Amino acid sequence: MKVLVGVKRVVDYNVKVRVKADRTGVETANVKMSMNPFDEIAVEEAIRMKEAGTADEIVAVSMGSRQCQETIRTALAMGADRGIHVLTDEELQPLAVAKLFKALVERENPGLVILGKQAIDDDSNQTGQMLAALLGWPQGTFASEIVLSGDGAEVTREVDGGLETVGLAIPAVVTTDLRLNEPRYASLPNIMKAKKKPIDQLAVDELGVDVAPRLETLKVEDPPARAGGRKVASVEELVDKLKNEAGVI
Amino acid sequence: MAALVIADHDGTALDPATLNAVSAAVRFEGDIDLLVAGGGTGTVAEAAAKIAGITRVRHADDPAYDHLLAEAVAPLVVELAADYSEILFPANTTGKNLAPRVAALLDVAQISDITEVIAPDTFVRPIYAGNAMATVRSSDAIKVITVRGTAFPAATQDGSAPIEPVAAGEGQTLSHFVRQELSKSERPELTSARVVVSGGRGMQSSENFHLVEEIADRLGAAVGASRAAVDAGYRPNDFQVGQTGKVVAPELYVAVGISGAIQHLAGMKDSKVIVAINKDEEAPMVQIADYGLVDDLFKALPALAEALDKAGVKPR
Ligand SMILES: Cc1cc2nc3c(=O)[nH]c(=O)nc-3n(C[C@H](O)[C@H](O)[C@H](O)COP(=O)(O)OP(=O)(O)OC[C@H]3O[C@@H](n4cnc5c(N)ncnc54)[C@H](O)[C@@H]3O)c2cc1C
Ligand SMILES: Cc1cc2nc3c(=O)[nH]c(=O)nc-3n(C[C@H](O)[C@H](O)[C@H](O)COP(=O)(O)OP(=O)(O)OC[C@H]3O[C@@H](n4cnc5c(N)ncnc54)[C@H](O)[C@@H]3O)c2cc1C
Repeated sequence: MKVLVGVKRVVDYNVKVRVKADRTGVETANVKMSMNPFDEIAVEEAIRMKEAGTADEIVAVSMGSRQCQETIRTALAMGADRGIHVLTDEELQPLAVAKLFKALVERENPGLVILGKQAIDDDSNQTGQMLAALLGWPQGTFASEIVLSGDGAEVTREVDGGLETVGLAIPAVVTTDLRLNEPRYASLPNIMKAKKKPIDQLAVDELGVDVAPRLETLKVEDPPARAGGRKVASVEELVDKLKNEAGVI
Repeated sequence: MAALVIADHDGTALDPATLNAVSAAVRFEGDIDLLVAGGGTGTVAEAAAKIAGITRVRHADDPAYDHLLAEAVAPLVVELAADYSEILFPANTTGKNLAPRVAALLDVAQISDITEVIAPDTFVRPIYAGNAMATVRSSDAIKVITVRGTAFPAATQDGSAPIEPVAAGEGQTLSHFVRQELSKSERPELTSARVVVSGGRGMQSSENFHLVEEIADRLGAAVGASRAAVDAGYRPNDFQVGQTGKVVAPELYVAVGISGAIQHLAGMKDSKVIVAINKDEEAPMVQIADYGLVDDLFKALPALAEALDKAGVKPR
């Protein structure tokens, strides 16, 4: 079975982003970029499937600027077999990303597509579900366990009340949650080997997809600031303040 | 035009997040219908009919929709969509699973996690873990929206709307429900609790969490946890507060042994009053807290329990 994984290039999770002075977005120039952490989990899961003999090829896909190549190289160094880079400098919204993925799925015929449950920049949590809809495939979102059997998959999902397990026909789309696995670090020899693995580059036009944004960002602002930082010296003072000053207990 | 709100429920009770989604729907100033889908969900439909401000409940009482599987429910919503200019879901795991599938089938964008309705086509939503707020305008004919519950009040339940049956569509074989393991708790539900007491890696073990529970029980609070505490197995996944867990905004949030990483703050920084109990004065949580107690939690928590008792504090 072939597995397609999404690897999005995002602002590193350790960076505290700043809103640009002109309020058009956040500052991304000279900011550390990394693979979306949920996508590292997706790559890791695919590699484990290959190690277990249930997957035979892993294709890592990234969409966006030229620098997405680095993100794909990271996936290749972890253990993906080859990459596909859909090159564009346009803003891609989740519906557009899902349509591009659909076009790639039709070329590649994977048995499973694994995406992150959300990208930590735009926090949309949409792409996987949209892709499943467009393909008419089932979806196993927020997965903390994937068990493959002959013609299907059982996916355990992290839901508000606890855990839910669903059975899915294959092919299917799965999106990863934090507890699915712990991604490995690429070893130096594997980083060297990854340099020789192939990456196909495609233009959006070649996939025949309309990626025009449907949502226009009018402005981006700072959230309301909190005035914190006051200290209390004892639990008694804390109880007194909560009772008589804040009035919340 | 009208708005359709998709009710979340567990088969017997309406999920309170539905009430916040209705309040967001009210901002569109049109009729509001509520869809209740699932077999044997008469009690849910009846509860839904009492939500103030809604026009009618549309009830798809069919086991094909049990557990609100996206593969089954999305086509149903799409079939009803022609009557609506807005389709709203609570931004909980049910809504997040379902809404994008509906949006893609309708070929429209989804607007995630809105915190404000500025105009019928313009919304505010947090991005980058709440470190920035984006104002976005949608050009689509139908707006598919998930609603951040903490940003809208719960609708009251003193109305009486009619319940109209909706015919079920064809069944589907893409997916089926296998089992669930739901956490049972006598404590209030995390996302709607008035007080939340959360523990982090500083708790050091699952057993030590009873110290947090002692405080929670005295305050009538829900218990939460940081990702580090969940990853370490101190508490199950549904306790996680944060960017990629649950978003809470209680009147009082007490963070015990939690450093205050941006991903955690994203889930609780809209709380009215924040208390940090941490031995590290420099921890970001202490910096943003309204009241920071810099102390060893193993000493502070038992002392706090005693001080609450002495002050005669009872759950509200
Ligand atoms: C003000 C503003 C300005 C922006 N400007 C730009 C811009 O100029 N250019 C730009 O590229 N984005 C831009 N974005 C971000 C862009 O809108 C979102 O990243 C996009 O809508 C996808 O949403 P998401 O990644 O949150 O999707 P989610 O649904 O949260 O992503 C889930 C998963 O889908 C997969 N996925 C998503 N996108 C990709 C991808 N590109 N490649 C591979 N896999 C992917 C990944 O597996 C990911 O884990 C901007 C956002 C804002 C708010
Ligand atoms: C993609 C991604 C998503 C994430 N999503 C989330 C999320 O949704 N929610 C979330 O919480 N995190 C999330 N995280 C993790 C986040 O970055 C932090 O790692 C995590 O919040 C840290 O948890 P913590 O504060 O409990 O642990 P730590 O950062 O280790 O802090 C422990 C704190 O306890 C204090 N302490 C220790 N012992 C004592 C003692 N005896 N008495 C008093 N204080 C003590 C320490 O001073 C320290 O401040 C995410 C990370 C990534 C990469």
